[in-house]
Amino acid sequence: MSETGPIAQGPGGGVRVVDGGTVLRFPPHVKFRFDDTRQAWVVLAPEKLLLPDPTAVEVLRLVDGARDVDAIVDDLAGRFEAPREVISGDVLALLQDLLSKRILRG
Amino acid sequence: MSLKAAADRSPGSVVGPRPDPPLALLAELTHRCPLRCPYCSNPLALERADVELDTATWRRVLGEAAALGVLQVHFSGGEPLARRDLVDLVRHAAGAGLYANLITSGIGLERRRMAALAAAGLEHVQLSLQDSDSAAGDVIAGRPGAQGEKHRAAKVVREAGLPLTINAVVHRRNLERLEQLIELALGLGAERLEIAHVQYYGWGLANRAALLPSRAQLDRATATVAAARLRLAGRLVIDYVVPDYYARRPKACMGGWGRRFLNVTPAGKVLPCHAAETLPVLEFPTVAESSLAEIWYESAAFRQFRGTGWMGEPCRSCERREIDWGGCRCQAFALTGDAARIDPACALSPEHGLMARAQAEAETAPVGLIYRSYRLSSARGFR
Repeated sequence: MSETGPIAQGPGGGVRVVDGGTVLRFPPHVKFRFDDTRQAWVVLAPEKLLLPDPTAVEVLRLVDGARDVDAIVDDLAGRFEAPREVISGDVLALLQDLLSKRILRG
Repeated sequence: MSLKAAADRSPGSVVGPRPDPPLALLAELTHRCPLRCPYCSNPLALERADVELDTATWRRVLGEAAALGVLQVHFSGGEPLARRDLVDLVRHAAGAGLYANLITSGIGLERRRMAALAAAGLEHVQLSLQDSDSAAGDVIAGRPGAQGEKHRAAKVVREAGLPLTINAVVHRRNLERLEQLIELALGLGAERLEIAHVQYYGWGLANRAALLPSRAQLDRATATVAAARLRLAGRLVIDYVVPDYYARRPKACMGGWGRRFLNVTPAGKVLPCHAAETLPVLEFPTVAESSLAEIWYESAAFRQFRGTGWMGEPCRSCERREIDWGGCRCQAFALTGDAARIDPACALSPEHGLMARAQAEAETAPVGLIYRSYRLSSARGFR
């Protein structure tokens, strides 16, 4: 469960950049599920186990392979008291990080 | 609203008298293995086939693990494929909601068995690779032809549609080919590569003079990994485990004793880490006597080094005491004879000079390898 270092944008392109139009999904062998013992959502992936904080959970519950990032931000902006730009920045950072770790796919 | 990247939450916030439940179970189904790697993480005292837990007991243990809150199970060994009931156990684990991972040498992983494992709910395979060079790999594995079998196993895993992690243990004798190792992992279709320096316990400690890299080798390897991470971002995730012999602060071994992990040995002993049996001060509970929950929360063995109460100075007043948890108990015992002492990997340890002496020892005349074996295990009278 070691960390994988910072997001790397390789000179050769590397990880694609997440923007408002990006549609992401969980790949088949990544499980995002509710754990009854902890009463919390968990992400189970190859050699990785993430315990996302409650706000990250709100984002991940909207990752469904259909909505794009703009739609996710719109949904959250309608439910949370925060400026859309702030929400958008946080969502992009989270999804970019998880994409680079292959927890999410494009 | 602020969103932090989902990260491994430190289960350090132990609230009340009960620790958090464990995250992962390492299920060592057997110590039998077709390979003889001289850095094997199994104990020197290998458990024989006739003391291995039966299928019904493993099924019970997996059920208890899931009920206790374990999220991931790593089927390991030895070579877990040596167990005829592996598919059954994977099915049982997946049915209990556990995320099932197979840690394998790949020897004997043929297409039909792989398909059965995938159908049973296996999520991921971690395949060991000893070297990029086949001849050198076979020497470390102690088995002619091993490398070729591993290449075939990687293909079988990918054809079954499972994600593949290559685990490459690195040391003095293969670090010069780290670049090629990374390329090979890519070529084998791995999504993840774990580059793990040998950890010096048990068999690894017996071979330390032959395997410990030089400072220059370590620095080159670290630079190679950093460059490869950039170059291969999005194609290959690289995890990197450094040898703590060159560290200033110790590793947070197992994320702290009895905080995240449980290990069940082939015979059913329950340990806080796979090397813990090297500690002579403890009697470890078994799955025959107690449930995993009783063992996790109540047993003397799991409480002995849990948290910070057992610490002496300089750990007790150290600001990092809940970051590195005093380092590794097995290393402290192996190198100083006292399991409750500060890990000598820490620069604050009065015995930190042992690390420099081990480095110097590895720089002297070449040393032969002591291969892992049952014969040696009993002949030497290892407990």
